[in-house]
Amino acid sequence: MAIDQATVRKVANLARIRVTDEQVANLEGELNQILQFVEQLSEVDTDGVPPLTSAVEMTQPLRADIVNDGGYPEQIVKNAPASDDGFFLVPKVIE
Amino acid sequence: MSELTNLSLSDARAKLRNKDISAVELTKAHIDAMGQIEGLNAYILPTHEKALSMAADSDEKLAKGEGGILEGLPVGIKDLFCTKDVRTTASSKILGEFLPTYESTVTANMWADGAVMLGKLNCDEFAMGSSNETSFFGNVVNPWQRNGDEAALVPGGSSGGSSAAVAARACLAATATDTGGSIRQPAAFTGTVGLKPTYGRCSRWGVVAFASSLDQAGPITRSVRDAAIMLESMASYDVKDSTSVNVGVPAYEKALTGDIRGLKIGIPKEYKMDGMPEEIIKLWQQGIDWLKQAGAEIVDVSLPNTKLALPAYYIVAPAEASSNLARYDGVRYGIRVAGDNIDEQYANSRAEGFGAEVQRRILIGTYVLSAGYYDAYYVKAQKVRTLIKRDFDAVYRKVDLLLTPTTPSEAFGIGENINDPLSMYLNDIFTVTVNMAGLPGISIPAGISANGLPLGLQLIGQPFGEETLLKAADVMESAAEFTALPQLMAK
Amino acid sequence: MSLIQGATGEWEIVMGLEIHAQVSSKSKLMSGASTAFGAEPNYQVSLVDAAMPGMLPVVNEFCYEQAVLTGLGLNAEINLISIFDRKNYFYPDLPQGYQISQFTDPIVGKGVVSIETADGETHNIGIERLHLEQDAGKSIHDLYPSQSCVDLNRSGVALMEIVSDPDLRSAEQAKLYVSKIRTILRYLGTCDGNMEQGSLRADVNVSVRRPGAPLGTRCEIKNMNSIRNIGMAIEFEAQRQVDIIEDGGTIDQETRLWDVAKNETRSMRSKEEAHDYRYFPDPDLLPVVLEQSFVDAIKARIPELPDAKHSRLMKDYGLNSYDANILIAAPENADYFEIVAKSGSAKLAANWVTGDLFGLLKKRGETIENSPISAIDLGELVGLIDDKIISNKIAKQVFEYMLETDDKPGKIVEDKGLKQVTDTGAIEKAVDDVIAANPDKVAQAIEKPKMAGWFVGQVMQATGGKANPQAVSDMIKAKLGL
Ligand SMILES: [Mg+2]
Ligand SMILES: [Zn+2]
Repeated sequence: MAIDQATVRKVANLARIRVTDEQVANLEGELNQILQFVEQLSEVDTDGVPPLTSAVEMTQPLRADIVNDGGYPEQIVKNAPASDDGFFLVPKVIE
Repeated sequence: MSELTNLSLSDARAKLRNKDISAVELTKAHIDAMGQIEGLNAYILPTHEKALSMAADSDEKLAKGEGGILEGLPVGIKDLFCTKDVRTTASSKILGEFLPTYESTVTANMWADGAVMLGKLNCDEFAMGSSNETSFFGNVVNPWQRNGDEAALVPGGSSGGSSAAVAARACLAATATDTGGSIRQPAAFTGTVGLKPTYGRCSRWGVVAFASSLDQAGPITRSVRDAAIMLESMASYDVKDSTSVNVGVPAYEKALTGDIRGLKIGIPKEYKMDGMPEEIIKLWQQGIDWLKQAGAEIVDVSLPNTKLALPAYYIVAPAEASSNLARYDGVRYGIRVAGDNIDEQYANSRAEGFGAEVQRRILIGTYVLSAGYYDAYYVKAQKVRTLIKRDFDAVYRKVDLLLTPTTPSEAFGIGENINDPLSMYLNDIFTVTVNMAGLPGISIPAGISANGLPLGLQLIGQPFGEETLLKAADVMESAAEFTALPQLMAK
Repeated sequence: MSLIQGATGEWEIVMGLEIHAQVSSKSKLMSGASTAFGAEPNYQVSLVDAAMPGMLPVVNEFCYEQAVLTGLGLNAEINLISIFDRKNYFYPDLPQGYQISQFTDPIVGKGVVSIETADGETHNIGIERLHLEQDAGKSIHDLYPSQSCVDLNRSGVALMEIVSDPDLRSAEQAKLYVSKIRTILRYLGTCDGNMEQGSLRADVNVSVRRPGAPLGTRCEIKNMNSIRNIGMAIEFEAQRQVDIIEDGGTIDQETRLWDVAKNETRSMRSKEEAHDYRYFPDPDLLPVVLEQSFVDAIKARIPELPDAKHSRLMKDYGLNSYDANILIAAPENADYFEIVAKSGSAKLAANWVTGDLFGLLKKRGETIENSPISAIDLGELVGLIDDKIISNKIAKQVFEYMLETDDKPGKIVEDKGLKQVTDTGAIEKAVDDVIAANPDKVAQAIEKPKMAGWFVGQVMQATGGKANPQAVSDMIKAKLGL
């Protein structure tokens, strides 16, 4: 399964990373090199093997329904590149 | 290098408790040392004032005979740990001047135990790398050099700032994180001890995530005893981390009895790889002999799926990373590069903020999760992970620990591997299996290569078997008598 | 089945619904921040909800219980092992860059609910699944000319997404289905069902086809928050699709919005390329494993649900389906009715509750929980009618007095002397008096028997309305030989 430049662009768009034409050319080679390396897995027989769901053998702990967090809006927007009146600001999103 | 900075953490602790030295004195000596090794680029944010004020607090406690297990001991913090009101960047441009309003559980545990923070340590960007060359703040230089060659070498990665600072005596110990070998490999490259605990032993809360199912915090130190002391403080059960395991934290130092008679040590044949340098094979044999002499029983074992660990890792880790790093979007924190609309702003900010290796891994991770490829790559890799775990489960019915080399090579030169991602990835070949199975592992300095560089041996333990792991590592450390100093320190 | 009559023949609408219901929990699905409505921007937000670096989710047990309870209420399978997945996409109100949801292993599997259409037919609507997921934050677009504002107060609030099979065939059915789901949620107390505040929203997948033909291409109308709009949107959208196909066009699969001002659906400015959500199990979380005993304990808590109540009201009280349906719309209505019905005939009780009382509540904008007239008092009133102590007409006056004075109906009847005159002697005297005083009318009445009504009116007036009208009428007819 090799990827071409169109796929590199598609993936970069999904990942929201702008790529230049030159980068796309380089990435095509680099990503294919990595994919070729991982390709050896396809030869392994994993029929009937369940995928690992976690490195720890335990189940999800559940917490009680108690309000014990939040209430510090100034901390939430403290590091924001743009904020006003407690809101985060972003370029206008049109629906 | 001063006498004070050359102390082990445990010796410094004894001197503080005896009031032979003060915490402020010890901290000042380390601040001086930090100044002398600026060229290594290990620290990306010194916090001298904070260190001195923490040390003064510790002196007050020590004077009253109070204080925690790390009271007054100066340490460095990998910049992957969020520290309250202290800039945290994961060595990435994308976080900008991010000031956390919170403290990671691991560092909070250490401050509660009295440790003194010297500063934030350089690392590979988002812990993605094996040479500390992917950091936005520039590479870290290994204090070790080849005999008769002043070429700058890498300190390993991703915890290269931690390993270099500990080796260069610019802190008594450092925190680090290990996703595929990022504690043990840099420890091996710098002649230090690196302990990666069992997955779930140290809380991941407040540690910038790389690959959630693999990441684990641990210490880099100059002795096994120091690693035991550090782990006791760093480890805790944390209800804020769903993958934290509710197991009590033992007094690890007490496990260092020196007695490993009857312990069964497995030697996995699959780790004897083609083209491995002869001196590493010899060192491994040396390790076997040391353990045998100490009364352990050596057992040849097989972990047949070993060679699949690295390719599976290079699917699982980038996949998780591609999702974990989606939050760096220039909306709530970090840098923002304007665009005509929100999507362009995202794409511009992330192109500008992430370095080449991080971008590469995000793209691979996005690809292997995308429609049509998910089963062939991600699900397949997680199934292979089950096979790897089963290998370990099977051998641990026969043996208590495993002994392997830590890395397939000694430290290499800066720039030597940077343009070849794949050969860089091969650095993790012996360490990554441990992360895939969630096991604890430790690297100790065991010998010196023909070039005069340190080489490490790795012991791998059973889940939550850190006590046995540390006990055996301590015995090997005594046998190895590793006393060599980095060339830069010996000068 | 209701078909659309097109220019070229008949068309069938096929619909499936995704309902998002906010779990009635105090804190969020994965964090301890409050879910209360209407706080200052970014106030009810934890570091986890804002996706600060290194933050981790922990599952709210109560939300899990509520999802299981709801699943049981939808007659659905509960999956003892369920897994949280990440649904990856970029949007400013999605801080993590992914929504934690359940994809391959949801907490609840297949179920069924039934609806009854106006023609009296019952339709079983399949439930495909119910899963738990995080709500997104909110973007506000009209505060600044070139920027949108993001508020994360809703970010991470627990939602149950209830997905139906494509079993719905008309706007009426879709409306009944949403209303039925809302009623079940309210009975269970797992969601307040408040559509104006967004606690309950529906996405409707609409397609059309020739009856019996394979499924057509569907359009999804997103985020509908009123049952009335759901009906209008479906009718508009189905007609739009029929018109396009009959004009030789094809339907593009897309997401559409209901424009409340224009009463039409319109295409959402397409969110760029086709989505690729890259679902995978959230590595920060572990599989949730429930014991059967946990599920059984929740099962034991399930109250009587609408369908069971409906049949019981018909069986035990002899109500017709229509009245029973009105009464089960909320459990409080039926409870109220059952108290009233203890003191009198069920039919009379149902009439008074669904008629006078609901009319009053509607006029005053009150809920039945705050009814100005208690069920016990209304029961007493119905009892008075039933015992023929007052007529239904007098009872309406008493009802008004009850509102004014807070007095018990018995006391009002006593104080105001409103008791129905049952003494035949007194009624006979009044009848005789009227007949004696109006000989001309008597003559007319013998010619035209309908005139008897005039005599009844006169007698009722003479007795201040307290005589039993039937008794008066009977007596007049007897006396006049009609
Ligand atoms: Mg601790
Ligand atoms: Zn949903």
